[in-house]
Amino acid sequence: MAQLFPKQANGLSKASIAAGAAVGGSVLLALFLLARSGYATGEGTPYDQKVPFSHNHHTTGVGIDCRYCHTSVETSATASIPPTQTCMNCHSQIWTNAPMLEPVRESYRTGKSLEWRKVNDLPDFAYFNHSAHVNKGVGCTTCHGQVGEMPLVYQAQSLQMQWCLNCHNNPEQFLRLKSEVYEPVWNPPANQLEVGAKLRAEYKANPRVSCSTCHR
Amino acid sequence: MKRSSLLALVSLIALAGGACRQDMHDQPKAKPQSKSGFFVDGRTGRLPVEGTVARGELRADDHLYRGKVDGVFATTFPFKIDAALMERGRERYAIYCTPCHGATGLGNGMVIQRGFKVPATSHHIERLRNAPVGYWFDVITNGFGVMFGYASQIPVNDRWAIIAYVRALQLSRNATAEDVPAAEREALLSGRKALPGEGAHAAPPAGGGGHNAPAGDAKPQAESAPKSPETKH
Ligand code: HEC
Ligand code: HEC
Ligand code: HEC
Ligand code: HEC
Ligand code: HEC
Ligand code: HEC
Repeated sequence: MAQLFPKQANGLSKASIAAGAAVGGSVLLALFLLARSGYATGEGTPYDQKVPFSHNHHTTGVGIDCRYCHTSVETSATASIPPTQTCMNCHSQIWTNAPMLEPVRESYRTGKSLEWRKVNDLPDFAYFNHSAHVNKGVGCTTCHGQVGEMPLVYQAQSLQMQWCLNCHNNPEQFLRLKSEVYEPVWNPPANQLEVGAKLRAEYKANPRVSCSTCHR
Repeated sequence: MKRSSLLALVSLIALAGGACRQDMHDQPKAKPQSKSGFFVDGRTGRLPVEGTVARGELRADDHLYRGKVDGVFATTFPFKIDAALMERGRERYAIYCTPCHGATGLGNGMVIQRGFKVPATSHHIERLRNAPVGYWFDVITNGFGVMFGYASQIPVNDRWAIIAYVRALQLSRNATAEDVPAAEREALLSGRKALPGEGAHAAPPAGGGGHNAPAGDAKPQAESAPKSPETKH
């Protein structure tokens, strides 16, 4: 009986194995990269909100402190989104006819909550705490980007576990003076590592990396 | 052979299915300020039944919680004022009051400059200088005229701290060098920062929206407020 496959088929079969491995490998690599891309983590995309609230205008422009609105950020796990009344403190007397603000006025009239789409959203199995960070010299912009320059807030970091741990392992890369934590726009000094190490000792900032810190 | 291919098939399906499920990401638990599909108003956070008093929330102390003693506005603070509390008051004043009343309390805050229809009353007028602290507490808590109350934004103790700081602000505009303890007067008069009243209020950044203004320019800085003898420590 004649050979079913010619001799070259040996090479072909080897090549196809290699090709298969290459295809499989690149699919895996693509998935791997996709999982870390902004598309999967939600990084970098601003969402349409019912009211186009501008952090740029309110913080850098008008000079309102984060804590005027995010009142619980120093004392609790959540920073909290301000209630409608907080907007009306000012908007009962300023920009009172702007159509842009109609949902705010309607919410105030009817008592129905104004709905904001959550921008930064950790999976529910991860525990995060704002007060633990802002009281130890970790500034808002380190995790949320230059909020003071954003017309609409977007998620500025991947918020993946790897990102949390990068800081928990070496917080001196990021620590700043407590008096600068709420700056809407902030850039690290040239000697950040030096300053950071000093602040770390002063503030006794020793973040833990055991699993139960964030998965509890 | 048959069993192992079945096993492979099952694990493949499990893998494929598992990849799509987000049960642990989005658990059916209630997180603060999240939306609820259960309650009609869509709120997860429930309001207590009217009249409910939580443990430790009776708020029976009229002086502390309402600024009143025997039904009239208190003229004293409900607790001792020290340097740390003054510092706290300065910080809280900068967060919650400067947007309208300005760092010096003159009433020319950024929000007023941007078109708030009613001027914010200066803290330095005769009537408010003489108003009892209890009256101030009432204004912060319940508001006054077009100014909304700040009870939901500022905890009780911080409201008192703000008042203590405002008292210092007021004093700073009506004090003479003689009011400063002799020991500190020397330092005060020799090459320190502008005396209260001398330093002009920080000018608003040029260019309407302030989009290009550096952060430091536009942010209300409590530092520009004059220091009074009490805040020295
Ligand atoms: C005048 C009120 C106000 C002030 C001042 C303010 N914010 Fe906000 N912030 C809001 C509102 C309203 C939202 C929800 C709408 C949105 O997501 O854009 C929000 C949303 C956010 C979010 C996204 C929340 C999410 O859904 O993940 C971040 C981050 C944030 N603010 C940070 C800051 C920082 C940092 C500052 C101070 C530099 C600040 N904010 C000052 C009102 C305010
Ligand atoms: C402390 C005062 C203050 C508070 C509180 C406040 N705003 Fe404003 N807002 C302003 C001022 C002042 C302007 C005008 C900004 C300018 O001139 O650039 C403004 C402008 C706006 C505008 C018009 C477009 C723009 O960005 O200039 C929108 C929309 C708006 N605010 C939404 C909100 C919402 C929503 C809230 C509540 C979360 C809120 N504001 C809370 C003071 C305030
Ligand atoms: C160490 C990083 C980190 C710092 C520092 C930080 N945040 Fe956040 N913030 C987060 C994460 C992560 C979330 C998402 C939390 C979640 O989904 O459970 C978040 C969520 C928020 C939200 C949405 C509402 C909420 O409470 O979940 C607001 C508003 C907010 N941050 C404001 C601020 C402000 C203002 C500051 C500075 C005072 C600040 N954050 C500092 C990481 C940080
Ligand atoms: C820029 C630095 C930084 C980043 C990013 C960061 N952390 Fe932290 N974290 C800290 C510091 C500093 C502390 C305070 C440690 C201490 O109290 O000594 C801390 C403390 C904590 C705590 C401890 C609270 C407690 O009760 O002890 C938790 C939980 C936590 N971080 C979770 C997270 C999570 C989840 C993320 C990512 C979404 C994250 N952190 C990202 C710096 C960071
Ligand atoms: C500093 C906080 C922090 C610590 C410490 C931490 N994690 Fe995480 N972990 C997170 C966050 C935040 C996420 C969610 C990341 C995301 O959104 O993809 C996560 C995700 C995970 C996931 C992925 C789940 C999934 O569906 O993708 C696993 C598994 C996990 N963590 C295991 C661990 C183990 C095991 C440890 C201890 C060695 C640990 N974590 C320590 C913050 C932490
Ligand atoms: C959103 C702008 C705004 C903010 C923020 C604000 N106020 Fe006012 N305040 C006003 C306006 C406007 C008036 C004048 C009200 C009127 O005459 O109808 C006023 C009036 C007052 C008065 C005078 C009451 C009287 O008897 O005439 C006091 C006292 C006062 N504010 C204290 C404060 C304190 C303390 C804070 C900070 C906790 C504060 N305000 C924050 C706008 C503001």
